[in-house]
Amino acid sequence: MENYNIDEYADITDVVCPMTFVKAKIALEELDDGQIISIKMNAGEPVQNVPRSIKDEGHQIIKLLHNEDETYQLIVKKVEDE
Amino acid sequence: MAFTNEQMERYSRHIILSEVGVKGQKKLLNSKVLIIGAGGLGAPVGMYLAAAGVGTIGIADADTVDLSNLQRQVIHTTADVGKPKVESAKETMLAINPDITVNTYHEFVLASNIADIVKDYDFVIDGTDNFPAKFLINDACVLAKKPFSHAGIIRFQGQLMTYVPGEGPCYRCVFKSPPPPDAVPTCSQAGVIGAMGGVIGSLQAMEAIKYIIGKGELLTGQLLTYDALKMEFRKIKLPHGDHCAVCGKEPTITELFDYEQAVCGVNYDE
Ligand SMILES: [Zn+2]
Repeated sequence: MENYNIDEYADITDVVCPMTFVKAKIALEELDDGQIISIKMNAGEPVQNVPRSIKDEGHQIIKLLHNEDETYQLIVKKVEDE
Repeated sequence: MAFTNEQMERYSRHIILSEVGVKGQKKLLNSKVLIIGAGGLGAPVGMYLAAAGVGTIGIADADTVDLSNLQRQVIHTTADVGKPKVESAKETMLAINPDITVNTYHEFVLASNIADIVKDYDFVIDGTDNFPAKFLINDACVLAKKPFSHAGIIRFQGQLMTYVPGEGPCYRCVFKSPPPPDAVPTCSQAGVIGAMGGVIGSLQAMEAIKYIIGKGELLTGQLLTYDALKMEFRKIKLPHGDHCAVCGKEPTITELFDYEQAVCGVNYDE
């Protein structure tokens, strides 16, 4: 899935585990089904854990982009549960 | 309603859970739970529900804090002796979580006032210590179609069941009517380990939370018993009482009434 339009942005670089996932989860909650969010996160623990946790919640990971400043952009499509 | 940064942090361990998440936490914040009895059972229930962010908590109790309560009623402290229990409980709950509203009812629940108190709440906790109150709470909740958690503790034993309208038997289906006053343990027989209230009250808080977030299975149609000395939990299946006087097919109880309180009143659980 190469073509996508980003509907929202979130930045979780200002918090540490587990608030990284909590903040990402709250940002995802604000979206409608099918909307796409770009979540900025730090290298290391966040990028190792947050994408996996988001996937476990049933959302679709589209892409993980490596920024030049050693942060990442995780592109996620919201999949509404139930 | 969006979460503030403080709420995001306070409730983070709930939000992480897929069964709770953002939606479940909002349900908790919008929910109203009434706790009847600020004693051994009501204490942990109040503290855990306040901490969980149950947005409105009602607490009803006519008593004042006595030194002999402090061995088990952990919501009150030594400095609270002499204060109305509902005030002391409210202070503790708000100290744990200022994000919630606590309504106090400094009175005995009776046939004359209980319907009016119960009607504003989504879920009721029976944390009382006597049979007349337990049957009154049951009848009031059945007639008002309110779910509630029954519990009792004495010595090293506890029991618990959950009533949800239309989903299983009520307390009266199982226990029919209060035992005669002379069959009720007297104060001198009614010791209890404080931690019993912690075990059983925490389970009541858990039932309320599961009901509010709509996840898991409730203790409807079953009685859970706990024997602390044997370290044994048992679940007993309960039949629905088609002939129950209050929730059966042809109920004979259609109005609330009070049973007479045993002379030595502090007897069953607290
Ligand atoms: Zn019944």
